[in-house]
Amino acid sequence: MGDLQVRNLSQSFPRDDGSELTVLDHLSFEVKDKEFVCILGSSGCGKTTLLRLIAGLDTAQAGSIFLDGDEMRGQSPKVGMVFQEYSLFPWRTVIDNIAFGLEMQGMPKDERYRIAGQYLDLVNLTQFKDNYPSELSGGMRQRVAVARALALDPVLLLMDEPFGALDAQTRNMLQKELLDLWEKTKKTIIFITHSVDEAVYLSDRIIVLTPRPGRICKIFEVPMGRPRDRTSVDFAQVRREVLDLINQNCSIQ
Amino acid sequence: MVNLVRNKERWLGALALVLALVLWECYAVLVIKNSFLLPSPLDVASAFIELVQRGILLLDFQVSMIHFAVGLGAALLIGIPIGIAMGWNRKVNAFLDPIIEILRPIPPLAWIPFAIIWFGFTTVSAGFVIFMGAVFPILINTYGGFRSVPRIFVEAGRMLGCTKNRDLIRYIAFPSALPSMVSGIRVATGVAWMCLVAAELFGVSDNGLGKNLWFYYNLHRMDCVVVYMIILGLIGLCIDMAFRYYIDRYFLKWRTGEVA
Repeated sequence: MGDLQVRNLSQSFPRDDGSELTVLDHLSFEVKDKEFVCILGSSGCGKTTLLRLIAGLDTAQAGSIFLDGDEMRGQSPKVGMVFQEYSLFPWRTVIDNIAFGLEMQGMPKDERYRIAGQYLDLVNLTQFKDNYPSELSGGMRQRVAVARALALDPVLLLMDEPFGALDAQTRNMLQKELLDLWEKTKKTIIFITHSVDEAVYLSDRIIVLTPRPGRICKIFEVPMGRPRDRTSVDFAQVRREVLDLINQNCSIQ
Repeated sequence: MVNLVRNKERWLGALALVLALVLWECYAVLVIKNSFLLPSPLDVASAFIELVQRGILLLDFQVSMIHFAVGLGAALLIGIPIGIAMGWNRKVNAFLDPIIEILRPIPPLAWIPFAIIWFGFTTVSAGFVIFMGAVFPILINTYGGFRSVPRIFVEAGRMLGCTKNRDLIRYIAFPSALPSMVSGIRVATGVAWMCLVAAELFGVSDNGLGKNLWFYYNLHRMDCVVVYMIILGLIGLCIDMAFRYYIDRYFLKWRTGEVA
């Protein structure tokens, strides 16, 4: 299962002059099991703050987060995360990066290498098993990062603009691969992006945030089956709708 | 092709060494003509053979390595844990930093009087002086390495179930800080080696490379002094080369592209 409920979540940070900067303002939404949801917003709207709260890396000032009915406090093995920057451990080989979480659980070497090998297979990087991250391209590194997060078999996968630093071609390819992975593993995915194109291509629903303070502007269902064709008329139409919506309602007022 | 050029360059270096020896020999024999002021390479070579035959050199080497190992070992045992504690915990850092900043600039040789008073003329005494020279580079670089562990690695570790402080230090911070620690240890071995001669000058032992360098100076056997100088230099070079080999082998493979 992977049902997520976010209730009245608020977060603010102290400014230098003593006042408070509200980053998230009473955010509530739900994500259903096995759903692919994109959170879309311009930079500075609190997308990353929101994801860090769900991940348990930070603690919210107010509000609560429930996963399958249980309130979340701190990191949970049921939640995996793929970071925006390169987060692979450079001193570990690819296979040892993927097996890291299993190693922390105390799993014996043979067993964890076997499982890590399966996830390496899943992202098509088996031949790079014994390479170090510095020997991989940016796209490969993020694929390993996805495999590393999946190896612990979380129910919820959080992705913080994971393809943001990649070139357009690699990014399109990884989006497609991610959808294949999602079909195979059926995780709940929350994916942060500022690209309308990416959000429309990937998600079942798009949650659009307003900037400063971050509030939910609109939750948008994407009325298209998969696989989606970026060049189709339908796709262009949905994209325009989302863009219009953002321009009319969700920009800085 | 690259190897050919390299071999050629190496050959040039050997040529320079031979030329320097010839020049030295000519200058000592033809110009200075006084083996007390400047012993010639041949004088030095015969002094070397004499010292080897009397079995002194090997004994000196052993005693010096013990001094060196005691000092450097203590510096590792004390410098690394304190460096880790200061790098990982802000409060420990705030607490210890002033003491360290005051002790650090004191030249290691300035500790010799207290080394004698506290430990007498013993191996520990020489080790203590070497320790004072070696501990700070190790401590500071360990601290620096732990301070600059990228936050993303710690957070990625926490998301993967590595949440206890002990585990985060062992599996994330330590390997991330290791290159910086090793370069601190490399600097420390250099400093420790330099302190060795001074630490042996005040007579902690009957043997030792530094001790006998001074002993033969008192006998005005400058040819023997040069033998000891060259041996000290060569061993220092060997230690540093071993370190460089170690660094290349264990770090360059994952640090390529990250270090300039």
